[in-house]
Amino acid sequence: MSTSPKLDAKIPEGVLENKWTKYRSTVPLVNPANKRSLEIIVVGSGLAGSAAAASLAEMGYKVKVFCFQDSPRRAHSIAAQGGINAAKNYQNDGDSVYRLFYDTIKGGDYRAREANVHRLAEVSGNIIDQCVAQGVPFAREYGGLLSNRSFGGTQVQRTFYAAGQTGQQLLLGAYSALERQIGMGAVQMYSRHEMLDIVNIDGKCRGIIARDLVTGKLERHFGHAVLLCTGGYGNVFYLSTNAMGSNVTAAWKAHKKGAFFSNPCYTQIHPTCIPVSGTHQSKLTLMSESLRNDGRIWVPKRKEDAQAIREGKLNPNDLKEEDRDYYLERRYPAFGNLVPRDVASRAAKERCDAGFGVNKTGEAVFLDFAANMMRYGRIEANKKGIYNPTEDVVKQLGKEVVVEKYGNLFDMYKQITGVDPYENPMMIYPAVHYTMGGLWVDYNLMTTVPGLYALGEANFSDHGANRLGASALMQGLADGYFVIPYTIGAYLSNEIRTKAIPTDHEAFVTAEKETAEQINKLMNVKGTKPVDYFHRKLGLIMWNECGMARNAEGLKKAIQDIQALRDEFWKDVRIPGEANNMNPELEKAGRVADFLELGELMCIDALNRNESCGGHFREEYQTEEGEALRDDENYAYVASWENKGNSWELHKEELKYENIKIAQRSYK
Amino acid sequence: MSGNMNITLKVWRQNKASDKGRFETYAIPNVSEDMSFLEMFDILNEQLIIEGKDPVAFDHDCREGICGMCSMFINGRPHGPLKGVTTCQLHMRSFKNGDTIVVEPWRAKAFPVIKDLVVDRSAFDRIIAAGGYISVNTGNAQDANSLPVAKENADHAFFAAACIGCGACVAACKNASAMLFTSAKISQLALLPQGAPERNTRALNMVAQHDAEGFGSCTNTGACEAECPKGISLSNIARMNREYLGAALMS
Ligand SMILES: Cc1cc2nc3c(=O)[nH]c(=O)nc-3n(C[C@H](O)[C@H](O)[C@H](O)COP(=O)(O)OP(=O)(O)OC[C@H]3O[C@@H](n4cnc5c(N)ncnc54)[C@H](O)[C@@H]3O)c2cc1C
Ligand code: SF4
Ligand code: FES
Repeated sequence: MSTSPKLDAKIPEGVLENKWTKYRSTVPLVNPANKRSLEIIVVGSGLAGSAAAASLAEMGYKVKVFCFQDSPRRAHSIAAQGGINAAKNYQNDGDSVYRLFYDTIKGGDYRAREANVHRLAEVSGNIIDQCVAQGVPFAREYGGLLSNRSFGGTQVQRTFYAAGQTGQQLLLGAYSALERQIGMGAVQMYSRHEMLDIVNIDGKCRGIIARDLVTGKLERHFGHAVLLCTGGYGNVFYLSTNAMGSNVTAAWKAHKKGAFFSNPCYTQIHPTCIPVSGTHQSKLTLMSESLRNDGRIWVPKRKEDAQAIREGKLNPNDLKEEDRDYYLERRYPAFGNLVPRDVASRAAKERCDAGFGVNKTGEAVFLDFAANMMRYGRIEANKKGIYNPTEDVVKQLGKEVVVEKYGNLFDMYKQITGVDPYENPMMIYPAVHYTMGGLWVDYNLMTTVPGLYALGEANFSDHGANRLGASALMQGLADGYFVIPYTIGAYLSNEIRTKAIPTDHEAFVTAEKETAEQINKLMNVKGTKPVDYFHRKLGLIMWNECGMARNAEGLKKAIQDIQALRDEFWKDVRIPGEANNMNPELEKAGRVADFLELGELMCIDALNRNESCGGHFREEYQTEEGEALRDDENYAYVASWENKGNSWELHKEELKYENIKIAQRSYK
Repeated sequence: MSGNMNITLKVWRQNKASDKGRFETYAIPNVSEDMSFLEMFDILNEQLIIEGKDPVAFDHDCREGICGMCSMFINGRPHGPLKGVTTCQLHMRSFKNGDTIVVEPWRAKAFPVIKDLVVDRSAFDRIIAAGGYISVNTGNAQDANSLPVAKENADHAFFAAACIGCGACVAACKNASAMLFTSAKISQLALLPQGAPERNTRALNMVAQHDAEGFGSCTNTGACEAECPKGISLSNIARMNREYLGAALMS
């Protein structure tokens, strides 16, 4: 296999440990006077976008930021719960840059680039420093130092957190840095704006077309470079843990204008989410992975017991210890409940498919805190010098510990399900959570369109076929704070002579016209069915055929079904209201139109990859024990798809492992 | 799975900022108690679309109580009847079959209505831009553990930082004051050593911006704290006042 000439990753020469340091100090610089006349457009204000925009503005560039919410602070990063990884080794448990690098490559099932991942591990510590300096209130120990916890796929404690609201606190930190630049006039903010196309001139990306979501007006914006920090596309499944507005439109429009889309089939299904409760369901809610630190996952050993629990005849608290199957601890003794997400999700599906599910629909397993609550209670009783405490006292003391660690998550669970998780084990089931695939980028984070970059979840770069918990926040902030500020110099240092291009240039005029036509086309279908009808149907196809388990036959069928659904959408969707006013249905319709194309590509990609790896599990390719069976000889590549109008062409980037010995992943 | 509750909604409709606006009444049959309040609005909107009418515009995104985007004034209370719960986390099991529920947008001079239940809260961003930050450029930070922070202060800073910027405090206040919101950020940063160098200018500038946006002054009624979905405490306002007075004396 050889890498396509269209995919030069521009990985610096030299030994792995020195690549980034050396590159960073040799990348061309732009002097301060020139920075003032270089304009950068940042689409997205999540961790990646806010961090990038603030940092670039601090350096002196002229920055414009776009987001579709009413404030940059509401980007979906705000919802991240559990934590952010960094190789600080504050716990003195043997952590190091190399170990974080190794865990990430292994966790990604050997489908990520070594050089990118190593850089990520190298800058991870700086992120924590930066956030603390901004006033991010991470959890601390009594001595005043930072506290850590464990996440899946690792055996060290390297996760920094702020209760179950880590994303919120990190984003508010980045947001305040951004607002500071806005206040100083270095950044112009465009909230309630949706980017609907990129504008290319002479082979380079030079701007965007955006719609003002309040007035409906289309606008043209010029930039010497454009950064897409627009998040992931998990909502192609309709039900996911993503925010309602999360979508693929920005990345997809860029894809149609020349940016290759990589590994679209790599989807992360998160093992611990609140199960679906009915057809009215609009989204799914995550119960953070951090809960697996203290929660034990189980189903009954006997089917009769599972059935009795389903029918409400047996209280799970009454089921004896020896009648419970802690299946993760049984199958993976070394990592137990802390195996990576893909492994934990498949194991839950396996038990439920075999008839051991514990809720009405049979699609739920228990996440049980009772044992650890009592353990904490006894520790607290000891600390307080209470000897021979009663069970009730132990339970109360233990509960107080759990409240401090996970209080907001327990409250959320109770609010949604109506069941008190302090008294009963939680019921959970896997749900779509994160997308490892995204726009192809080189080491500089530039897509295949010169001048167009992708950061954060929107790119494909660092997580291979499966992302480890607490690593998305790390990657978003690494890209924004510590990578792009350097790597963008490689491009912009050659652009200092490019004057701002007036937006009456014909490329802008044409792009705006095309966007207006697409909006008119949508408004004029005047069919009978609301957008959600199509979105829900697409979600079901994707979940059934391109979800936790896939096979060739199902994928082929899914491709046909999606094509048919897409035709139906363009014949029968009904969008009320006007295009020149605030119109949430029109916004949704545009996003679903793009999902209907992306879904097809995801299935094509999944069909092409005749192996199982990470979040991509093809039923035809598994070991005897039901673990993912990779095919390194034929599939150790990044699958990058070029849009050809009505079809796609595959380009491969070979993945070379020079520092890590590639092996079957084992968590036993 | 549809349920067996019948709900009547009286919803504020206003096509544009310049329109006068009015209440419309809608009947929603078969509401399930497991449904969230916003999922009931999804159903209403699907119904309206099928009938060829304009659906109700409302703000929402995460539906997990954390982004601060949802903002409905329900039966006279911001975010509805439950304490510590945002509109998106409110479930229909908190209502009874046959209930009539009145839903309005946040009402405040500084939060003009854009459409239906959607208001413009950009004033909050401008208050933060006036000083709700620590001036540290990327790359300037020292090792995170070189600056220990007493756990108690760190915890209180976190409680203040938990504000989601929803604006319920303003909607709840008869003066439409945003002091709870403003004080939460001032408190968070005042409780941390990193925030000390700018504490004077921060308090003065943020309060000045608060007033310039047209928010009212605080008369200590405590309605904000009672309605805040994130339990932001009134003690933050007291701390802000101390910061402000201290700063005013210095300047
Ligand atoms: C419930 C939940 C919990 C999570 N918990 C964790 C965790 O504990 N640890 C961890 O590491 N990761 C976690 N993740 C993953 C992580 O939160 C995300 O991957 C990450 O925050 C993505 O950040 P981002 O900056 O790439 O994009 P986002 O934060 O999604 O931001 C996207 C931005 O792009 C804007 N945008 C998108 N399209 C357009 C357009 N067309 N025009 C204009 N603007 C646009 C949006 O307005 C928004 O500002 C979690 C994810 C979920 C769903
Ligand atoms: S203080 Fe409370 S009510 Fe006010 S904006 Fe913050 S979270 Fe909302
Ligand atoms: S929709 Fe995010 S807080 Fe309600």
